[in-house]
Amino acid sequence: MKNRTKLPNIYLGIVTAIMYLPILIVIIYSFNESRISSVWEGFSFKWYADLFRDKSILDALINSIILASLSSLSAGVIGTLAAVGMTKVKLRTNSTVEYIATLPIIIPEIILGIIFLLYFSLLGLRFGMTTLIIAHTTFCVPYVLILVKARLAGMDKSFVEAARDLGASGPRAFFDITLPLILPAVASGMLLSFAMSFDDVVISVFVTGVNVNTLPLKIYTSLKTGVTPKINALCTLMFIATIILIMLSAYLGKLNRINTTDSKEETL
Amino acid sequence: MKKKKRKNRPGLSIFSILPLYLFTIVFVAFPLIYLFVLSFLTRAETWGVVNQLTLKNYLGILDPIYLNTFIESFKLAILTTGLVILVGYPYGYFMAKLNSDWRRRMMLLLMIPFWISSLMRLFGWVTMFRANGVLDKFLMMLGIIDEPLKLLYTYPAVVVGMVYALTPFMIFSVYSSAEKLDWSMVEAARDLGATRWKAFVTVTLKLTLPGLLSGVVLTFIPSMGLFYIAELLGGNKVVLVGNVIQEQLMKSHNWPFAAALSVVLMALTSFVIFLYRKITKVKDLEGLV
Amino acid sequence: MDNNLILKLEGIEKSFGEEKVLKGIDLSVAHGEFITLLGPSGCGKTTTLRIIAGLETPDRGRVLLEGRDVTDEEPNTRNVNTVFQNYALFPHMNVEANVGYSLRIKRVPKKEIVKRVEEALELVRLTGFEKRMPNELSGGQRQRVAIARSVINQPKVLLLDEPLGALDLQLRREMQTELKRLQTHLGITFIYITHDQEEALNMSDRIAVMRDGVFEQLGSPSDVYDRPRTSYIATFVGSANIIKGKVVKQTEDSVFFSCCNGTGIAALSGVTLSEESEVTVALRREHLSLHKEKPENAHGFWTVIKEKRFSGGILQILLSYGDDLELISSKQGLDSDMTVGDNVFVTWNPENAVPVDLDGDQ
Repeated sequence: MKNRTKLPNIYLGIVTAIMYLPILIVIIYSFNESRISSVWEGFSFKWYADLFRDKSILDALINSIILASLSSLSAGVIGTLAAVGMTKVKLRTNSTVEYIATLPIIIPEIILGIIFLLYFSLLGLRFGMTTLIIAHTTFCVPYVLILVKARLAGMDKSFVEAARDLGASGPRAFFDITLPLILPAVASGMLLSFAMSFDDVVISVFVTGVNVNTLPLKIYTSLKTGVTPKINALCTLMFIATIILIMLSAYLGKLNRINTTDSKEETL
Repeated sequence: MKKKKRKNRPGLSIFSILPLYLFTIVFVAFPLIYLFVLSFLTRAETWGVVNQLTLKNYLGILDPIYLNTFIESFKLAILTTGLVILVGYPYGYFMAKLNSDWRRRMMLLLMIPFWISSLMRLFGWVTMFRANGVLDKFLMMLGIIDEPLKLLYTYPAVVVGMVYALTPFMIFSVYSSAEKLDWSMVEAARDLGATRWKAFVTVTLKLTLPGLLSGVVLTFIPSMGLFYIAELLGGNKVVLVGNVIQEQLMKSHNWPFAAALSVVLMALTSFVIFLYRKITKVKDLEGLV
Repeated sequence: MDNNLILKLEGIEKSFGEEKVLKGIDLSVAHGEFITLLGPSGCGKTTTLRIIAGLETPDRGRVLLEGRDVTDEEPNTRNVNTVFQNYALFPHMNVEANVGYSLRIKRVPKKEIVKRVEEALELVRLTGFEKRMPNELSGGQRQRVAIARSVINQPKVLLLDEPLGALDLQLRREMQTELKRLQTHLGITFIYITHDQEEALNMSDRIAVMRDGVFEQLGSPSDVYDRPRTSYIATFVGSANIIKGKVVKQTEDSVFFSCCNGTGIAALSGVTLSEESEVTVALRREHLSLHKEKPENAHGFWTVIKEKRFSGGILQILLSYGDDLELISSKQGLDSDMTVGDNVFVTWNPENAVPVDLDGDQ
């Protein structure tokens, strides 16, 4: 009996380990003295020092942060407004528009990239930050929309009714009750959007301009050309940033859980 | 002093859905329509397109070179999906059987590689597969091989990269449907005389099928288009539809042809989703977000 | 106009889609009254309450609050508050913020809010719980917070939608007393919804028994219990025995009818029934007497004891009646000298037998 219960755990352990293997290698080699990534020549911070001196990487990082912030912010606004609005304005076109709005996370990324490249050329937009933000916003909106809608659907409508009953006007009830209760969902939708935008290569490749580099694009081009261990150092730093983001989102998820269990569920 | 009738007053609320309507129409619907139209237009001599309707682009796909690419992509996608099922299904299933503390911990453990830059993970594999790289050194040290495997820029390397990148989607999907499973049903099947294996097939597998299928969709669709994995791990040895499209667009500047390829690829993926919906009768992809 | 009148419903009708939920509700409520809407789920009682609160608008009819037509007014402008079935405590606000919510909306000075919240919590015996979050409270405590939140603004009418539904039996009994005490203390009109007849009988000044969107009977608890108008009410409130028979003769104050090879008698005045017509009579369990031998001059009929049951210190005796129906007789105490299979003669006091369904609406 004991073997039976252990085998699955061993399997889980091995697969998880393999998942971390490439990440581990990148982290280890970021401290490698040698230029050649397969030879270990001793511990060193020199690639980190190198990294911080590289202005193009710093620029790419700043671009990525700007891009991810603005995309997730506009997706947050568009998605939240729509999710809330659709509970009030029930148009027959709502479900169609919602379907089209979620297409960007369903169709292959490469097609999305191509579509934007062609369309932006048609519009005569200058490729650069603007086009990047528009393209990224399209695939960020679905995350916010889906999460906030689910949250609203799961929310007991008697909370708002109680507020109205106690004297709150419609808008007041929205700001006092609805908004605080959907906020965790808005936040996790935006966080997910931020991460997706920050990590995107495929779509960015197509819609970026000559002078605008994002961090993943920078890594992508340096992977194609000569690899320097500087990239290892960069990846390691990004790894740390990601962990911080995940911790944040796990915390938000916890908040989400606390508030979702409405009183009805708990008293039953 | 009759007060004005209150009913739904959409006045202000209409402004709240307006941004989504505008944004979706202008930046999702229009581009899609444009892609479709473009795929029927003729390529201009040097740059851009001429407004002349043609089917040439679609016929061009039938050229053995491109047709083969589609078939190769399809094969790779099927192989990848199969391997992803083999690795991901047991993982999601076992994970759902853990107690809630461990489930939460495992979820976090999974989230980290999933959220981490896909390029960084890819870079790790490149380092590992490189001739005389980490893997070669390790295997030679163990005495399993005498010569470097030189895995980088080979087909197996691309498969590993793909499976690695897509397995988390399968795990999340399977897990989310296995987690909802009422284990007492499995116990009931066992109690009624089913063997362990039979109970698994008749109860567990059947009830987790929606998760498995949505995992298949979530791996199959991207695996047709992950051109950068093929490029970085396969060199120029493995050419996917994604690579061809990118090449036609960025290098040959044959936009209408790239558009036609995209339309066909999209039609293929829509068909997969259509099949999925037909089988499971589910509207949303489980574990999509 | 009656000055004591606080709330008046006139011909309220409401449909949801195809389904007509309310089919003409009329109700006049006096100051300080405790009125219960009693009925099974789906009878329209919650909809009636929501229309009074302003959370729904009726299709037809008017809602008058102190003589003012508020039918089309928004819920926030009516001086009516609701205790929701699931309490609807705002999960992101602590007890103090929940209770003081309506005062904050009214821009009452902060100092006064603190004072009044304190008073309200004292009223529901939750002093010291100010900083707790709703998910840190037990069901009973949440209930009290919900009540405090609704009464702090001194509404004219307090609406309570099955407020005790989620509590266990013992807590429910406790809260019944508490609610009644509160109502007397505050002097607020209560409109109370429940499907529990015992709760309704215990607490109300008047009970409106609802069924399929209409009031089937509106009256004091003893009216409803002792003089049910229909067989439905007789069985729903206190589960009475229903006996059917044919009219044999009628005197000034009673009616004789044939049933089960015997003759029954019921008090009846003011209504004339034709001979041979069907009559339905409600008989409370505790009003049936069983005899081993037929008493002299008694009206009643012979039957057989099918089963004996004890529940809650009360002995219930099941008697065969007709082919597949049964009557139940109940009495205090645990034993009787009668055993299953005994032939017994059933009798009752004529004034305890109530002819029902006289309007032909059954």
